[in-house]
Amino acid sequence: MLCPGGRYWLMLQMSVNSEPSAVPIAPGARTLAQLREGEAGVLDRLDLPEDIARRLMELGFLPGHIIVPARSAPGGEPRVYRVDGSEVALRRETASRLILRASNDPSVL
Amino acid sequence: MSECHDCDGCAVAVAPTPAHKGARTHVVAIIGPPNSGKSTLFNRLTGLRQKVANFPGVTVEQRVGKAKMNGASNHHDVVLVDLPGVYSLNPRSEDEQVTRDVLAGNMPGVPKPDALLLILDCTNLGRHLVLAAPILSLKLPTLVILNMADDLKSRGGHVDTAELATELGSPVALISAAKGQGVEKVFQFMEGTSAGTTSLAPPRMELPVLQDIPRCRQWAHDIGTGAAYRAPAPPIWTRRLDSVFLHPIAGPLIFLIVVAGVFQTIFTGAKPLMDGLQALIQTSGQWIEHILPPSIFRSLLVDGIWSGVGAVIVFLPQILLLFLFIGILEDSGYLARAALIADRTMSKFGLQGKSFIPLISAYACAVPAIMATRTIENKRDRLATILIAPFMTCSARLPVYTLIIAAFIADRPLLGRLFGMQAGALLGLYVLGFVAAIATARLLKSSILKSERVPFVLEMPPYRWPTLRSLSLRLIDRSKIFLRRAGTVILLVIVVLWVLENLPVKNGQPPEIEHSFAGMIGHAVEPAIKPLGFNWKIGIGLISSIAARETIVGTLGTIYGKEGTSESEGLRQALRSDLSPGGAVALLVFFAFAMQCMSTIAVVRRETGGWKWPAIQFAYMTFLAYICALITNQIVRSGIFT
Repeated sequence: MLCPGGRYWLMLQMSVNSEPSAVPIAPGARTLAQLREGEAGVLDRLDLPEDIARRLMELGFLPGHIIVPARSAPGGEPRVYRVDGSEVALRRETASRLILRASNDPSVL
Repeated sequence: MSECHDCDGCAVAVAPTPAHKGARTHVVAIIGPPNSGKSTLFNRLTGLRQKVANFPGVTVEQRVGKAKMNGASNHHDVVLVDLPGVYSLNPRSEDEQVTRDVLAGNMPGVPKPDALLLILDCTNLGRHLVLAAPILSLKLPTLVILNMADDLKSRGGHVDTAELATELGSPVALISAAKGQGVEKVFQFMEGTSAGTTSLAPPRMELPVLQDIPRCRQWAHDIGTGAAYRAPAPPIWTRRLDSVFLHPIAGPLIFLIVVAGVFQTIFTGAKPLMDGLQALIQTSGQWIEHILPPSIFRSLLVDGIWSGVGAVIVFLPQILLLFLFIGILEDSGYLARAALIADRTMSKFGLQGKSFIPLISAYACAVPAIMATRTIENKRDRLATILIAPFMTCSARLPVYTLIIAAFIADRPLLGRLFGMQAGALLGLYVLGFVAAIATARLLKSSILKSERVPFVLEMPPYRWPTLRSLSLRLIDRSKIFLRRAGTVILLVIVVLWVLENLPVKNGQPPEIEHSFAGMIGHAVEPAIKPLGFNWKIGIGLISSIAARETIVGTLGTIYGKEGTSESEGLRQALRSDLSPGGAVALLVFFAFAMQCMSTIAVVRRETGGWKWPAIQFAYMTFLAYICALITNQIVRSGIFT
């Protein structure tokens, strides 16, 4: 789960694409929108224009952070995500641009 | 306050007041992320000695107040400036730009702050401390306030404030703004800075490169670790309540009940209060008429100002009730959940979840609805909501609709006995306004308000009990704004309209309305409105209805010499014999679309920070009303439907 005992995990290197189309989503790479409720994922990168990515990063959507989907509005979106000690709701179109790491490194969890 | 037109009579002077007897204004700015309890602290420190305006030229709200400093040693006035909630100082939004400008002393009319209060939510210190980096790099005396101390404690969190103060090189105060715990430390800090006795210590931890968010976040994490920060356990009650309020079935049901309850209360619950206020205004008007000798000034005072301003003040109970509800919803945290539930539907119209409550409120009155859009952080969505809100069928349209429908539409059963033609026509007008609103929203979002795909981001604050203190301050605040309006712009328009209707004087008597200036204007505009099926009498009515839509009913009563109410059978007959059916239906359509309400125009000016948007809105709505009324009249006249 997210930050037991207040441990925050951060990766210092980040990958924000200023041009979203430059790095296509690798086939098989999962996005935040594909996580089930309660299933944790580690954010790898934000496939969004830089200023939008920065805004989300200020809210805690940073590469290396654990994100856990929580409840959603009826119809499945927007969905609330638990990230960096708070809860933030995103629409599916935004969540599907947040790419997760291929494997949930157990050392990170 | 160079640009503030709202505060002529207000108690707090913000401009660097000329030094009188050695006193000097000491300016302290409050800054913090959204949901950190900034406004609660501001209210705590200033109480009622505050006022709300907009920063010049922008839609960002500016709250300024005098701190309630006590102590004999205090020779300085401490003025507090509440800045918008921001996560960083990167100027990407209007809020961040305003915050930067104020902190740098570049905001016209706002003096550069002498000291800062940085307020952070200590239940989420890791993320909130990120804002400390750019703030501390400004090298101004800063008190770092850790708010929500009660939550931190009850949920098992911990922080060493002394250690944190050493690391940051700034004093740290652990407080609960909602409960008032620890607030004295904030006053002590302001006393120290205003006396000039506070010195800056260099931070032990070097500040990170501000542009690099992951580095800043890591810095905040290291600071927290150094100060033995232990994050509190997740809020159990919030999770439990969310499992009900965001339940797939119970959630939407509760949402509908809440919305219906709000709607019902502002519509019908406020009615006895409004009727009472109306009666009070009428009785007092008659009393004034009784004690003053008859003169043209008595007429101006009683028939013009008293009843005109009274007609606006009557809406106060509705506005207060709506803001009581919105206050409870917002302070408790439910508003964010309601916005989440409404978002999918609203996004189909190019809007977002937070537009829902304001738009529903606009069915009662567009004025409080537009004031309620302040809960929408996204500026473009907020502007779109403001621009479409007056299309919603407000209660001031009802007297006009009732009169015309009763006069021209036979009450034949349409769907069974309960739902007749008249009810159908009324429903049709509601639908018409709604369709115009969503069509306009789509038009706006695909043209001038085309946003650079700003994503919908909604923070879910934990549930909290709303405090009586914050609710009552909010109500007082909104009433002040509304009444100031009634006393300034609206008063002026009423006097002008009265002059038009009562001059030129003939033999010391006011003229027949046909020969008054208003009548002359009515005749002058007749050629322009004739294609709509309106005559000069309707023209006068339209001019008078600029004050408020329902005024046309009284004006038409005066013109036709009948009782000026929507239930008046005499007035209905007079209209039937004077107006064509096409003109009558066109009049309904005109009222559905036109922005015939100076209170709305005034509040849009205030909320958007200038005349540009109300001017565009008025022109657009009037144009739409004219064209649609023209088409309606031509269709009805051509006899397709007969």
